[in-house]
Amino acid sequence: MATLNALAVFCLLYVALLFCVAFIADRTARRGQGKWLSSPIIYTLSLSIYCTAWTFYGAVGFAASSGLEFLTIYLGPTLIIIGWWWTLRKLVIVGRTNRITSIADLISSRYGKSNLLAVFVTLMAVVGTTPYIALQLQSVTFSIAAFAEADASGDGLPNQQIIAFWVTAGLVVFTILFGTRNLEANARHYGVVMAIALEAVVKLIALLAVGIFAVWGLAGGIDSTLAKINESAISDWEVSGGRWIGLTLLSAMAFICLPRMFQVMVVENENEGHLRTASWAFPLYLMLISLFVVPIAVIGLDPIYGGGRDPDLFVLTLPLENGREGLAILAFLGGFSSATSMVIVAAIALSTMVSNHIVMPVWLWATGGSAIMAGDVRRVILVARRISILVILFLGYLYFRMSGGGAALAAIGLISFVGVAQFMPSLVGGLFWRGGNRTGAIAGLAAGFALWAYCLFLPSFGASSIMPQSVIERGLFDILWLRPQALFITEGMEPVMHAFMWSLSFNILFYVIFSIAGFPTPVERLQSGQFVNALWQSQVPGNWTGGLAQSEDLLLMSQRVLGSEDARAIFQNAAKEQGGEYLPAPTPDFLLKLERVLSGSVGAATANAMISQIVVGAGVSVRDLMAVADETAQIMEYSSRLVIKTEEQERTARQLREVNDKLTRLSVQKDAFLSQISHELRTPMTSIRAFSEILKNPCDISPDKREKFASIIYEEATRLTRLLDELLDLSVLENAHAVVNLSEGRLSELLDRAVNTVASEGDGFKITRNPENEKIDLDTDLDRLVQVFINLISNARKYCDAKTPELEIKVARMNGMLEVDFSDNGSGIPLESQDLIFEKFSRIGEARAGGAGLGLAISREIMTRLGGSLVYLPWSEGTVFRVSLPLEAEIAG
Amino acid sequence: MTKTVLLIEDEQNIVEAVRFILSRDGWDVRTHANGLDAFDAVRRRNPDVVILDVMLPGRSGFDILQDIREDETVGNVPVLMLSARGRKEDIETAKRSGANLYLTKPFSNEEVLNAVRDLVTE
Repeated sequence: MATLNALAVFCLLYVALLFCVAFIADRTARRGQGKWLSSPIIYTLSLSIYCTAWTFYGAVGFAASSGLEFLTIYLGPTLIIIGWWWTLRKLVIVGRTNRITSIADLISSRYGKSNLLAVFVTLMAVVGTTPYIALQLQSVTFSIAAFAEADASGDGLPNQQIIAFWVTAGLVVFTILFGTRNLEANARHYGVVMAIALEAVVKLIALLAVGIFAVWGLAGGIDSTLAKINESAISDWEVSGGRWIGLTLLSAMAFICLPRMFQVMVVENENEGHLRTASWAFPLYLMLISLFVVPIAVIGLDPIYGGGRDPDLFVLTLPLENGREGLAILAFLGGFSSATSMVIVAAIALSTMVSNHIVMPVWLWATGGSAIMAGDVRRVILVARRISILVILFLGYLYFRMSGGGAALAAIGLISFVGVAQFMPSLVGGLFWRGGNRTGAIAGLAAGFALWAYCLFLPSFGASSIMPQSVIERGLFDILWLRPQALFITEGMEPVMHAFMWSLSFNILFYVIFSIAGFPTPVERLQSGQFVNALWQSQVPGNWTGGLAQSEDLLLMSQRVLGSEDARAIFQNAAKEQGGEYLPAPTPDFLLKLERVLSGSVGAATANAMISQIVVGAGVSVRDLMAVADETAQIMEYSSRLVIKTEEQERTARQLREVNDKLTRLSVQKDAFLSQISHELRTPMTSIRAFSEILKNPCDISPDKREKFASIIYEEATRLTRLLDELLDLSVLENAHAVVNLSEGRLSELLDRAVNTVASEGDGFKITRNPENEKIDLDTDLDRLVQVFINLISNARKYCDAKTPELEIKVARMNGMLEVDFSDNGSGIPLESQDLIFEKFSRIGEARAGGAGLGLAISREIMTRLGGSLVYLPWSEGTVFRVSLPLEAEIAG
Repeated sequence: MTKTVLLIEDEQNIVEAVRFILSRDGWDVRTHANGLDAFDAVRRRNPDVVILDVMLPGRSGFDILQDIREDETVGNVPVLMLSARGRKEDIETAKRSGANLYLTKPFSNEEVLNAVRDLVTE
């Protein structure tokens, strides 16, 4: 048991090493220091998960049974990565811009985010990958068994199925620990990629070491090895052209379509530029790993080296039988690496699909969407992925048990290849043909997959296990041309090629016919344009519109999926971009971005469903939304413009109403004013007319009467003239552009002028002044100021009702103002009239003093013009008017 | 018997002119210068014709006219209105209020004389 024990120890140490590498890589990446983690070399090495245990052990077996045909398995990927790199580049770009998480996600996303399609592809991928996983279990189991067999102690052979069970269990734990340690929003697994890159190196070194040992250690050098090859049957095997082309094509398709290849090539890709390095480095890797396949096969087949019965295990049995236990352990680790890296990545890829496309939609449906915000979506996803890994690996185990574990490794691998190759028409058609649609994809996939299952998968379990012997021999319902391995009477074809041809032919045919016949949904049309034109079109038209209140819900939901820190960061960045602070408005751009980020965790269809549940409400399908999206957007914009317009109109209307009110008030005032003027003019005119008519016929009028009438006419004519003068004066003053004639003069002189003018009109009116205070020089419109003084003095003379009327003119300076008070000794103006005295045409009392009632209005207007004021002082005895003028009008010095 | 005219007008010179014209024609002219107690004057004097100014201190001529027309004893007295306002709507308002004739200032002496004569003969 020493060897077996050593094997176990090395195995555990190796796994521990892988864990360390993965852990360090993850931690480095999370700290943002892992630039070297995304180097093109690591990307290329991660692609080498294409070389599984099948390559490691099976290629030798393949070579031993079919000669150089094993090279086709390497030729396909080489042709693809060299000759079709631009398609891969497009695939990678589409995958990254759409945050694609798996091949199921890609196909569902391309064909209108159809969840039905995603479920379909997921199931196909799981079923198609199951044989492949079984293959890995088988190779690890066989290699352990080989060790046990070689073990001298022979403690009874462990049952192969028990070994396989424990290997499966170990791989489940291993994969869960590796692949689902955390749910990363960007779905990249730096640790895993780093570990499989390391494993790629280990398996290459192991295979090279075994090859070197076989050639130089056993066969005795290159020349004798070549001689052995020439002698052996391998060189004699015929090369069938059709089969070669078929196998190359098949492996080429598998290279793109295998879920694990899609995972490392597209999902884990960080930079499409890495493809350039991979286009030469990966073929080089394949060349190196296939370098010693033929020599090992030839040497193993030679009985003298004790390679054993099973060509699939030559890599292991050659060193083991020749006593090189260390090399054997290295070879075992190489095979173990090949198997584990494939299983881990495949399980991660498949579990992502299962959780995103089957578990999440079911969970969303079951919880009615309320759980999006209530539960922890991350936990649900993680648990779903772990259970998926368990189920997928045990399906592989089940396949291993049911297929009896006897079939050659290469044959099982090819079954898987044909299965996943069914994705090819939908995938490539989706990338290059806008006409391809959901109906076509479903029809093509269904047809291809059904035929694959019928012709290859089910028969592979062996006769009578699942498919009755009679069906294989005589066809379904005894119809000969429905025989699974001779469909349409295509006798004599090798089963893999037979199934490959028919399944893919029908797949393509159905895809094209149903695509042409069917009609794409709006989402599909949008997506197809985006996928097909991925290289030219980076800006994607938004297909979401949301209300403001939904941002909070979206944040809650995103926190459940992405974790609160990441979600908050995304929302805050978006808010900043929009110029806000906390929550961004759910603009189409933002929703599209959020959908992409979410789809990185839960897949396109689910992300779409989650957002639509919040934004649109569960009742409306995305398709309905899309159908009206354009129209709605237009209507919304139009109505929002209308709202703005209405507001503007209301504002304008309000302003117009205000102006109108003002104008109406002004109009009423104007009417009143005009009516006043009319009255003021017509009244003296009436007198003048009447008396002049009387005087026209003077015969019967006494001379004194005639004289009296003539003087009335004169009086009224004077009154008319004065009125006209005042009106003109007022209209000049009220004109905003009235000219103010500034000149210099002394206050005392101005008062002298005013007093003299009024005094000349009559006598018996005493005016008191204080000449000392009047020595103030002014720079103002002197004539206008004198006019005000005259008006005030003559008013006093006219209206003062004292027996001996007196007027006192007092001059004072107060607070930078010149104040000139005109106070008489009369009874003053009655309280109720004080408000009216400055109104036009206001005359107090019944006494008519010949004025038109414009004097005070004009005076006040003048003082306002000169920057001062004219007020009536109500608290004084008698009538007091105060003229104020700013002392700026006084000349300094 | 001489007919009585009550002239309600606040402008002294106009009162003087109208009184002279009507007196010369043989009318008994009474005058009143205030709007406030003008209606009382009408009732007291009970004239054959009233000449009523619109713009009176204290009370509008229209209001006074309304009082006159609503009164039982003097309600039918013919009224000649005098006003400085000569627009159509002013005349309409006067007619509606019950004025028999309406003269716009300045008027000719003959217009007043004819108007008063017409009102009495009607």
